[in-house]
Amino acid sequence: MVLVLAIGDLHIPHRAPDLPAKFKSMLVPGKIQHIICTGNLCIKEVHDYLKSLCPSLHITRGEYDEDARYPETKTLTIGQFKLGLCHGHQVVPWGDLDSLAMLQRQLDVDILVSGHTHQFKAYKHEAGVVINPGSATGAYSSITYDVNPSFVLMDIDGLRVVVYVYELIDGEVKVDKIDFKKTATATTHSAH
Amino acid sequence: MISDAIEDEEKWLAEGIAGIQHNAFYMHRALDSNNLREALKYSAQLLSELRTSRLSPHKYYDLYMRAFDELRRLEMFFKDEDKHGCSVVDLYELVQHAGNILPRLYLLCTVGSVYIKSKEAPAKDVLKDLVEMCRGVQHPLRGLFLRSYLAQVSRDKLPDIGSEYEGDGDTVNDAVEFVLQNFAEMNKLWVRMQHQGPIMVKDKLEKERNELRDLVGKNLHVLSQIEGVDLEMYKDTVLPRVLEQVVNCKDELAQYYLMDCIIQVFPDEYHLQTLEILLGACPQLQPTVDVKTVLSQLMERLSNYAASSPEVLPEFLHVEAFTKLSSAIGKVIAAQVDMPIVGAITLYVSLLTFTLRVHPDRLDYVDQVLGACVKKLSGKAKLEDSKATKQVVALLSAPLEKYSDIVTALTLSNYPRVMDHLDNGTNKIMAMVIIQSIMKNNTRVSTAEKVEVLFELIKGLIKDLDGTPMHELDEEDFKEEQNSVARLIHMLYNDDPEEMLKIICTVRKHIMTGGSTRLPFTVPPLVFSALQLVRRLQGQDGDVAGEEDPATPKKIFQLLNQTIESLSSVPSPELALRLYLQCAEAANDCDVEPVAYEFFTQAFVLYEEEVADSKAQVTAIHLIIGTLQKMNVFGVENRDTLTHKATGYSAKLLKKPDQCRAVYACSHLFWVDDQDGIKDGERVLLCLKRSLRIANAAQQMANVTRGSSGPVTLFVEILNKYLYFFEKGNPQVTSAAIQGLVELIRTEMQNDTRTTDPASDAFFASTLRYIEFQKQKGGAMGEKYDPIK
Repeated sequence: MVLVLAIGDLHIPHRAPDLPAKFKSMLVPGKIQHIICTGNLCIKEVHDYLKSLCPSLHITRGEYDEDARYPETKTLTIGQFKLGLCHGHQVVPWGDLDSLAMLQRQLDVDILVSGHTHQFKAYKHEAGVVINPGSATGAYSSITYDVNPSFVLMDIDGLRVVVYVYELIDGEVKVDKIDFKKTATATTHSAH
Repeated sequence: MISDAIEDEEKWLAEGIAGIQHNAFYMHRALDSNNLREALKYSAQLLSELRTSRLSPHKYYDLYMRAFDELRRLEMFFKDEDKHGCSVVDLYELVQHAGNILPRLYLLCTVGSVYIKSKEAPAKDVLKDLVEMCRGVQHPLRGLFLRSYLAQVSRDKLPDIGSEYEGDGDTVNDAVEFVLQNFAEMNKLWVRMQHQGPIMVKDKLEKERNELRDLVGKNLHVLSQIEGVDLEMYKDTVLPRVLEQVVNCKDELAQYYLMDCIIQVFPDEYHLQTLEILLGACPQLQPTVDVKTVLSQLMERLSNYAASSPEVLPEFLHVEAFTKLSSAIGKVIAAQVDMPIVGAITLYVSLLTFTLRVHPDRLDYVDQVLGACVKKLSGKAKLEDSKATKQVVALLSAPLEKYSDIVTALTLSNYPRVMDHLDNGTNKIMAMVIIQSIMKNNTRVSTAEKVEVLFELIKGLIKDLDGTPMHELDEEDFKEEQNSVARLIHMLYNDDPEEMLKIICTVRKHIMTGGSTRLPFTVPPLVFSALQLVRRLQGQDGDVAGEEDPATPKKIFQLLNQTIESLSSVPSPELALRLYLQCAEAANDCDVEPVAYEFFTQAFVLYEEEVADSKAQVTAIHLIIGTLQKMNVFGVENRDTLTHKATGYSAKLLKKPDQCRAVYACSHLFWVDDQDGIKDGERVLLCLKRSLRIANAAQQMANVTRGSSGPVTLFVEILNKYLYFFEKGNPQVTSAAIQGLVELIRTEMQNDTRTTDPASDAFFASTLRYIEFQKQKGGAMGEKYDPIK
């Protein structure tokens, strides 16, 4: 059972002053094994904060990030799952699931985590799952109106991943969960 | 030399103790055999050891305690008249025959104790006699211990209310009189130590005096314990007499200790009612006395009193505690001309703490304290003393902590004036404290007026104050400061659009004074704050009737344009480009085509002229394409101009793969999946074909420059795009075209000279899998895909 926090688009301090207090009290160090962050933190302080929650921190670059050294995409393997990470402003049209599916095929991952639209999404398609954790601070987005602060916690257990989405709606934290199962067929590459 | 002296003292003490023990042995024998004469003889000899001048107070105390123990046994013997056959009256007479005065008086006090207990004479008479007789010993150390002994033995025999010693002639007044007199004499002796004998080392003298102070203080303690001393007696008799002694002794050590003692020992209730008397003594004390600590102690006690018993709060107002304390402090500061500034400020901090705890609702009091501080600070240069600065910061932080709503602190007119007296560095620290207070308490500052006051307070962060050399600033610290200001901007908010616009204008006015180093931090939050207002106004319908100067999106866009323009002074073209694009999207949502076009123009100009770095260009062009793809406000002409520019720049990126990707991204500009979205299949295909040509060229270049063609990734990406439009129903994208592309890729992959790349192989494989999957779906989709092998 591996807990992975998917979080991003905080836009501190450009669009939001801080994480919502209720989220802060839930995110305590030592509980999470990995953090994957879609980007747009934007400052070092936020990076340090996330690092304090969990040393295994993976970030991709958002277009407002202060640190230009974050990679455009990242892939990592957690348990039986291959995860891909990308902020999403590079994938046009923004938020288009078919285009994101293409990126997923390109990165050859089971789960693609991307952001930019500030809207939570968990979408299963032929090649795998696309997850958008939304904006953890509910930051303004030109794409989405009425953004609720949200983040995602994935519980990876063998071939199964349970995706918990935490959303702050009208001052209350609401949790929803979605189950995904991966088929055990190994992907074979044929080299010609 | 010194160790010799200590050794000597040890020796003398040992000798003294031996002497006591020796005589005690014989005294006990006499007691056992009821021999009064012998008992008196040996007890007198025993007590003679206390006549020594050689011991320090600490050691003398040791000796004294041993004598004390022996005297207890003697007292018991005295009490038992049957044993020795002498009446207490006679006994009282008898002991006065002892040779030396010190033993004589110790014995007298001992008998006196028995005498009072016997009730054969009024307590007051015996007490009066004893306290006067003790005058015979004027040596400070010996006298203090003697009188201390007197106090000890008389303690339970005072004619207090309800005590058995109260009678017709004996009242509590007599008890009080006795204690006061003993106290006064003891204080005189104690003070005399300062001037006695050979000049001692100052430290040593102070140490010795301090060792003895509790002997003197004990009397005050006794006074506080006397039941009969009610508020009236305290006010009329006790306090005035004690203060008289304190003031007249003109001794710094004594004054400080005794003032403190009074405050600690007597109930707070009494202090509240006698404030004027107590405070009146303060300016009369020696200038070297640390009056501020005394006053602080008093205020602390009173604050605690108020905190623990809220019902006495009206009493505080009734006795005008604040006014009295405030004026007393003023007098002290005026009287002690040499008091360093830190002393004065510390006093004001104590007074402020008091005020915040006792009268938190009286903002006028709080402001008054700050005002007094301003007065003290004015006329002087900015503070340089770090201790004083610390105190001023404490002074300014106190209201922030008390009133979690920063807005309250903002109403204190003297608050900014105090801040003005801080040096620039501390001013900034204080500004950060203010911001942190707002963030911590999640306070909203909701009017332009309050924002104005707030930004005045934090002006040290907003702009360069005169005299701050920029290079002195640590980069990390500077970033932290500016990011705090950025966060702060999000706390300035009002539901009412008109007021919100005023707030935005006020903030803008201030941040524009920040200079090019600060703008990159402060402009973005302002821009997004404004965009949020635009969105809110979007939601509102129609005209805002009755408003003189309504807030409209158009007005805000003008403001935004000017604001983002200021970033050119930094220069910050990439940031400005992003902000222009954000505004363009907002303008699109507000359906103002010219404004949206203008923003796009600005973005393109920046791209053309300022974004030189190739990596930055790639990101920028994708942002432009992504934004443009969502625009639905443009008419055909405008749209054509912009898409033409976008595709043009895409093809001109430095690296071929980047060109390829940007161009196929542009294909989406011509196909929007909405109901009325543009669906220009031909131009889509043109883009895709163009990107294919670029990919081919890239392969050929790789062949020439490296001897082997590169990975097929680009082709697979383009294939995926073909599939995308194929599925969307673009008639120009045929299954044949797709089949052709698939073949092309297969051929490329079989090419011997190419470098194998597992990633692109996997990508192609998963794409093929996808095609199969779609075929399996059946229905319309399956049919579509069927021709593809």
